[in-house]
Order: sequence, then C-alpha cells, then structure tokens
Amino acid sequence: MSETGIDRTELPDPRYEYGGDDHIFVELDEAMSFDANFRAMAITRAISERDVDGVTEVCPANASYMVRFDPDVVEPATMMDEIRTIAENTQLEESSWESRIVDVPVLFEDPWTHETLMEFRDQHQDPDATDLEYSAAINGFDGVEEFIDAFVSEPHMVTMVGFVPGLPWCFQMVPREDQMEVPKYKQPRTDTPSRAVGFGGAFSVIYPVKGAGGYQLYGRTPIEVLDVDQTLPDFRDSMVFPNPGDVLNYRRIDRDEYDEIREEVEAGEYEYTTETVEFEPEEFFENPHEYNERLTEVIA
Amino acid sequence: MIEVLDGGISTTVQDLGRHGQYHIGMPPSGAMDEEAHRVANALVGNEADDATLEMTYGGADLRFETDAVIALSGATMAATIGDEPVPMHTAVRVEEGEELETEFATDGARTYLSVAGGIDVDPVMESRSTYTLVGIGGYEGRTLAEGDRLPIGEQSAASDEVLGAEAPDEHLRDLDGDGTDIAVVVGLCDYRLTDESRERLCDTEWTVTPEADRVGYRLEGPELEFVEREQPFGAGRDPSNVVDIGYPVGSIQLPQKPIVLMQDAVTGGGYATVGTVVSTERNRLAQRRTHETVQFEAVTVDEAVERRGVAKDRMAALREALEG
Repeated sequence: MSETGIDRTELPDPRYEYGGDDHIFVELDEAMSFDANFRAMAITRAISERDVDGVTEVCPANASYMVRFDPDVVEPATMMDEIRTIAENTQLEESSWESRIVDVPVLFEDPWTHETLMEFRDQHQDPDATDLEYSAAINGFDGVEEFIDAFVSEPHMVTMVGFVPGLPWCFQMVPREDQMEVPKYKQPRTDTPSRAVGFGGAFSVIYPVKGAGGYQLYGRTPIEVLDVDQTLPDFRDSMVFPNPGDVLNYRRIDRDEYDEIREEVEAGEYEYTTETVEFEPEEFFENPHEYNERLTEVIA
Repeated sequence: MIEVLDGGISTTVQDLGRHGQYHIGMPPSGAMDEEAHRVANALVGNEADDATLEMTYGGADLRFETDAVIALSGATMAATIGDEPVPMHTAVRVEEGEELETEFATDGARTYLSVAGGIDVDPVMESRSTYTLVGIGGYEGRTLAEGDRLPIGEQSAASDEVLGAEAPDEHLRDLDGDGTDIAVVVGLCDYRLTDESRERLCDTEWTVTPEADRVGYRLEGPELEFVEREQPFGAGRDPSNVVDIGYPVGSIQLPQKPIVLMQDAVTGGGYATVGTVVSTERNRLAQRRTHETVQFEAVTVDEAVERRGVAKDRMAALREALEG
C-alpha cells in the first residue's frame, strides 16, 4: 500500500452538449479521476441548491453530469448559460460535503454468483478461471486472497448511481497506481443474482435486482440497496439507499454472518451501520490511506 | 371500477411520468407517445397528467362496472362497445356492465385509452406510471392481466359536456403521412465516431427490430465505427466504452447497433451516446412498428425547440376546439 498522495488531475475544458431540446450533458474529462468526480458532485450540488427554474433532474455521473429541464419553462441556450455560470463559480477547493461512511458486508466466492459465473464461462475472457482468479492475475496479484484483501483494504466511494434504481458505481479511494482495472464480460450475461458485488472498468457495483450484467462477479452482500416496499428502516425516505458521495467500506464476512444478516433483512429489521462525516477532499488527496483510516474508524 | 377481461399484448397505466428521481437510477416512465396521451385526456375533459392505458400493438378488453366516458388516441385501433364501433379521437359513453373490445393496431404501435376521471391507481413518487423493471406504479407495477380491477377517478367535467367531443383532424399529428425521418440533435459523445460513421448515422434507413419496447428501440443497419484511441482510465477496453455517463431520455447509444433509449430506459452506463431524439420526435418514434424504418435527421437545438413549439400550438388549438 503506497503512503503517497493522490496526484491531482488537471481537467481539460469541459464539453457542454445538448441532449435533444431537454437535456444538457457536460463531460468534465474522458478519463476517471477523483478530481473529475468531485467536481461533478460539487457543480450538481450547486445547481440543486440554486433551485434553477425549469430544472427537473440533476444527475452527477463518474466524470460528467447531466441536467434535464422543461424547455417550455426555459430555453435550452438560457439553461446552458446558467449551468456554465454556476460551474465557473464552483471551486472544489472551497468545497467539503457530508458523506455517509457505510459498512457493506460481503460474502466473497458465494455459491450464487459462483453458479452464475460458471454458467456464462463461454462469454468470459478466461473460461478456465473464475472471475476473481482472472481479476487477480491480470492485476498482478499472487492469488485470489491477496486480491480480495486489496479490494476490502481501502473503501470505495459511490461516484454515480444509476443504470437501474439503486445501483452504485464505486471508485476505490486509492492513488491511480493502486487502482485495479478489469474488462467487462466479452458478451454481457443475461443473468446476475440480486445483491451481487461486481467489478468492471475501475468500478465496483452492487446489483440491486436480478438481471442482465457484464461486470466480473466477486461475491454477494446480504443487505439491500433497493427496497421498493420501503419496509427496512433505512429506506423510509427513499427506496434507494446509496447516494453519490457515500463511502462504502466492503467487509469480508463468512457464510454464518451472511445468513444472520440476511435473516435480519428479511425480517425487515436490518439497519445499516453508518455514520455521517464531513468529507474534506483536500485532506483525502494529501494522504488517502491515512484519511480513509480516519473515515472508517467511525463505524469500526 | 373497470375489470380487465384481456390485458392485450402489453398494456400499462401511464401518465406524464415520474420526475426528479433520475439521479437514483429511476427513469421517468410515462406515456411513450405523450402527445397521443394528452389528446386522449383532453377529449374526456381530463388533466394532461391523469393516467391513461397505453395499449401496445394489441388492445385490451375491458368491462365497465360503472357508467364512464372514454376516448382512444394514438395508433389506429378498431374497437367496439357491444356491436357499436368506437371511432378514434371521440369521447363516447360506456354504460355500466358494457364491454369494450379492441383489436390490433393497424397504423402505429401505441393506442391510449382515456377514461373521464383518469385511471386512479395509487401514485408512487407522485406518478401513476408503471415501471415494470422494479414493479412500481400503475397496477401492481406490471402489465395488465385478466381479472385486474382498475379504479376510476372523479370526473372533473360533466360527462354531457364532453360526450361526443371529436378531435378535428387538423389538430392531430398525422399518423398516416408521418414520414420516416426522426429529428435528432447529434452530439454527446459523437466525437467517438469516425467522420464517415457520423455521416452514416443520418444517411441510413434504420430498421426497427423486434426488440423495440418501452426500454429502448434497437435498430438494425450498417456497422458504425469508432475512432481508434487508447481507452481512457476507467472506461473499459471496448472502443464503444466511455467512463460511465448519464443517458438523456431519447439518446442514441451504440453498444454496436444503435439503441434509442425510451421512457423506461437505463439511466446511465458505459456506452458512447452519439445524439438525442428531440422531445416531440420521441412521440413519433414510439409509433414506429417493428420492421418499419426510421432515418435520423440532424437538427440544431433551435430547430428542436421550434418543433416543440409546433406540437404545443397544435395541442393548444385542440384544447380550444374541444372547449369552444
């Protein structure tokens, strides 16, 4: 584990694009970086706070963001100017924000995702290995154990929520040289168990519901990220738990603990282990390892 | 109450959609042909956001347990109450115990059935629209099936005021003579395409495949090629991959062949998007049937706004004609 800081990324000029007559899409960078993501979050937060007339959706993404608006209320060109002005007046250096630190228990090499990944071996880069074995090998790890250790050793930040309701894309909070990267399946699977924990590109995800998917499959969490009926206590305000900016701390659990937590979830009693802290991007960039330790301590 | 005798091929309850939840991955849902939904509502004196039934390709058969006023708009669909044919775009009375039978759509893909008072299922996040993927909204979050019973809301206009109301043709979007061109604002990540492929996007007659539904319209046509590059960090290895972005409703994404994302689409992901079907043109695309063709016409955002103005004026004129 390197004790170095995270190199700051100098972002290119943003690309402002119209999405038809009712969306504006802004690409901050083609590549993923915390700088691009934090800027997307800061700008979208500023847009939401400004309560701009005509805006109907404000969506931060990994290294970009999108705004939907009602063209009957505001002309696209006026909306574009408004967003540009807000973006130009948003300085990351002056920003800090509330983040939830969240414990996410994961049963790695679980029987359910194992069955799925074996079923789709012919659509994988390496039909003779499991997804974890393959990911460990191409990222230069000695084996699966070492790879899982690295996966859970530092937390992952939710940098975008979407695809389907509640699916978090998470970027591990480490310098670029420690980031793991894997391709997606050659052909997407037609099936993925709900609550599967996967990895693709440089992002970990939790699949909210059973369905198609293309990410490498590593394990399964007993907890929910989507609760349509809103019976679980953490879902009273929203049927979706993850929010951009959340810090997910994956924790390796065994089958007994998986079953115990699952029972609580199914009884509608499980409550997330989570604490809200003020996230200071400057401190994080300076010494991520040390900062992550401080963050995850609050839920230890 | 309305009892469903036959749900048809794919019938769902829809209104103007569920907004403000895109950032948690929730697409808007809502009527695919919003204009036809609005017309159906206007005919029976409803608000634009009252829920209608969106019937895809084949209609539903319904028994009314109470007197009601209904209207059909959108794809042309033969329908009868008892032995009486029900004309399109006309407010007609259904009496308690009568059955409405509908046939296959003969022109267009989606027909909207409005009932004075609206389909009064419980709203979820302020919308009655059905989103089947996670099973919310509408009737139990799914397509209608035999035996379902739909509540009707309180009628806002007296039924004798709207009965017999007919939408004049000149205030309706022309479904028959509707050309194959669909206006698109090219952009988003279109820099990923070679110049030749960018031209091909709008020069091609794309064929609507059988995989064309509320999630997306998958199109068949020639290969499009991406500019070769070293993939940026986090994007994934395939040349079609970008670092995951939000997808506008109506955007054209390119896993390989184009998919136009519709009302129930995924909200974001890692495929390059190369343009967006403009808001009013999504209504027209939603009426394209499998095996029909579409051709994208590149327009500026100002032209897109103009088209929206035309549709809005048409709707206002219709409302006026109905009220006058």
